[in-house]
Amino acid sequence: MPTGYGYVLPDQNGWSRYLHFQTAWLAVLTGFLYVIFSLFSGHLRKDLLPGRTDLSWRAFSATITNHLRFKRPAEEEAWSYNLLQRLTYLLVIFVLFPLVIWTGLAMSPAVASAFPSAVSTLGGQQSARTIHFFVSVFLFLFLLVHIMMICLAGVWNRMSAMITGRISLNKERA
Amino acid sequence: MKDPSRRQLITAGLVAAAGASGLTVVNRLAQRYGLIPPDHGGLFGAGETLTYASQRILTSHSLAREFPRSEISNPPFANEVAPLGDAFKRLQDGAFADWQLSVDGMVGAPASFSLAELKSFPARSHITHLACEEGWSFIAEWTGVPLAHVLELVGTLPQARYVVYRSIQSDWWDSVDMADALHPQTLITYAMNRGELPVGHGGPLRLRVPRQLGYKNVKYITRLTVTDSLKSFGKGLGSASPEGGYAWYAGI
Repeated sequence: MPTGYGYVLPDQNGWSRYLHFQTAWLAVLTGFLYVIFSLFSGHLRKDLLPGRTDLSWRAFSATITNHLRFKRPAEEEAWSYNLLQRLTYLLVIFVLFPLVIWTGLAMSPAVASAFPSAVSTLGGQQSARTIHFFVSVFLFLFLLVHIMMICLAGVWNRMSAMITGRISLNKERA
Repeated sequence: MKDPSRRQLITAGLVAAAGASGLTVVNRLAQRYGLIPPDHGGLFGAGETLTYASQRILTSHSLAREFPRSEISNPPFANEVAPLGDAFKRLQDGAFADWQLSVDGMVGAPASFSLAELKSFPARSHITHLACEEGWSFIAEWTGVPLAHVLELVGTLPQARYVVYRSIQSDWWDSVDMADALHPQTLITYAMNRGELPVGHGGPLRLRVPRQLGYKNVKYITRLTVTDSLKSFGKGLGSASPEGGYAWYAGI
C-alpha cells in the first residue's frame, strides 16, 4: 500500500492476531472461573456489592471527597473495598468485560452466522468494532489507574496480600 | 487463610489427575472429530485450536447472514492485488474462454471445467458481508456454483477432509475443511452484483467462503485438490496464510 510517509513497518497483523486471541482465551477462561468463584464463595456479596449503608448520597460524596483529598484509609477500612472501588470493580467485571467479549465475538463472521441477533442488536459488525475499541480503551485506563493505586498503597504489601490473602497493615504504615 | 488440610491436598491431587486424563480424552476426541487445525503447533497453537474447535462445534451448519439488496455497498471496495502474470493476461485477452478449473485428488473422476461449463451448472446467489482482516468490509451479491455441487460431480471419496484451492498466482493457495467446502453458501463465484466478477474482485473465478475473513476467499482459482491430509501441501500448515503468520482458520 502506498503511504505518505517513507518507512512502512512490515505487516504485523498475523502474529498479533494470533496473540490477541490466545490472550483473549486466557482472559475469558480465568474470568469465567473468577465470576463462578465470586458467586459461590460470597466474594461478590461480601466484597463487591455495596452495603446498604453505603448507598446514600452522603456516604457516596464522603468517599469521593476522601478520594480526591488523597486521604489514606484508616486501618480497619483497608480490609474492605470502599464504595468507589466496589462500583468500579462491578462496572469492569459485569459491564466492560462482557461487552468487550460480546463485541469481539460479533466481529467474527462464523459467530455472526450462528448468532445473527448478537450482531444486529449492536448495529452490525462495524459498530461492534467501534464499541470494542472504546471499551478496550476504558479497560486500559482502568488498568493504568488500578496499577497507580497499587503503587500508592505499597506494591509489595498489596502483592503479598493478593497471593496469600493476608494483609500486614503495620508494615505498610512504617 | 488457614493451612491446607490433608483432605484438601488429596482433593487437589485427585482433581489434577482427573484433569490430566481428561485432557488426553479431549485430545483423542478432538482428533477424531476434526477439531484440530493444521496450524495447531507453535506458540499460538493452543488459542488457535480452542477457537477452531469451539467454532466448529457451534457453527458447522449455520448460514452466513444475508442482507437485503438495499444494503449492497456502492461501490464495493476492491483490495489491491499483486501484478497478474503473463498467463493471466493471455487468458484475459481471450475473454477467459480458455480458463479452466481442474479438480483432482481424492475424487472418483478427476475433471476440468471451463468457465462456460461452470456457468451452466445450477447457480446460487447470496448478498453477504465480506470482511477483511484489516478491518474494512463491504456487502455485495455473489453468484456462482456451490462448491458442493462440483465436488458431487467428481465424487469425493469418503476419507476426504479438506479441499485445497489454488490461485493462478502461484504463491496464493488455501484450504477449507469439509464443513466449509460442503456448506451451501460456499460458491465458486463468477458474478458479482449481477455483472461479471471484476478482475479486481477475483474475476473470472473466486472461491467465496462467507463465514471466514476475506483472505480465505482466494481470487483467480484454477485448481481444486481434495485430500485427507494437508501435510504434503507447502509447509504442511494448511495454506499460504500460516506460512506468512496468518491463521489457517479465519472464522475469527
